[in-house]
Amino acid sequence: MASVVPLKEKKLLEVKLGELPSWILMRDFTPSGIAGAFQRGYYRYYNKYVNVKKGSIAGLSMVLAAYVFLNYCRSYKELKHERLRKYH
Amino acid sequence: MNENLFTSFITPMILGLPLVTLIVLFPSLLFPTSNRLVSNRFVTLQQWMLQLVSKQMMSIHNSKGQTWTLMLMSLILFIGSTNLLGLLPHSFTPTTQLSMNLGMAIPLWAGAVITGFRNKTKASLAHFLPQGTPTPLIPMLVIIETISLFIQPMALAVRLTANITAGHLLIHLIGGATLALMSISTTTALITFTILILLTILEFAVAMIQAYVFTLLVSLYLHDNT
Repeated sequence: MASVVPLKEKKLLEVKLGELPSWILMRDFTPSGIAGAFQRGYYRYYNKYVNVKKGSIAGLSMVLAAYVFLNYCRSYKELKHERLRKYH
Repeated sequence: MNENLFTSFITPMILGLPLVTLIVLFPSLLFPTSNRLVSNRFVTLQQWMLQLVSKQMMSIHNSKGQTWTLMLMSLILFIGSTNLLGLLPHSFTPTTQLSMNLGMAIPLWAGAVITGFRNKTKASLAHFLPQGTPTPLIPMLVIIETISLFIQPMALAVRLTANITAGHLLIHLIGGATLALMSISTTTALITFTILILLTILEFAVAMIQAYVFTLLVSLYLHDNT
């Protein structure tokens, strides 16, 4: 059955697996497109966790936890040697 | 252990691209703005804190000095947030780099001094000679005062760098010592306790910013407004 909704307007979860490469290639990869993506992501997180009536510490802690995780990934190469082993 | 101790202070690069730019810009994400009268808890808390700090710091200045409020408040927020983020595990603190602190100290100090010299030339020059010095001492004292003036930006930068770097190094060292002593025991509890106390004291890195901005402030005050 051919798609009645054009590929361009579908959200990611509605795209069939076979259509995935063409969907990815069709995304807006211009600088303003990428900036728009970051902005949308930021506001999605902000409006869900911070900009609410009774915001809790979770909104901030999740950001800091992600920051710690990213820094760990960045310095994994140097930290590899610190694993618990019998012989270093 | 030798090479390991200082690897946390090298500038983070990823495939030759400067990752440090992203790390320096990251604290700005944590200070959202809101143009509402009643905003969410996060923004309200930050606005309250900022109002408290700005009132306490800028009240001693006259109207000309108070034009620097935005600059000084951004400075204290930046240094405070950067230092506190550096206390998280594995993170990189930009203020440990002397280049960055010099880049902050020298322009701000120079701006204050030059403003003072342009607007109140006589008063600024008079700072080089304290009141009531005996006449034979005058040449030597002028030289000493000039040296003390020019050492101000260096002192500002080196003070911040040295304090933050020393604190981080100590945490690394004592943490490593605790791990090593874990198998030998008894002293472990004592060392872990020392780490805890050291970390708490290091959280007065926030007091560090206070010192930074306050010193800068004193300099600005003396030169600009007298």
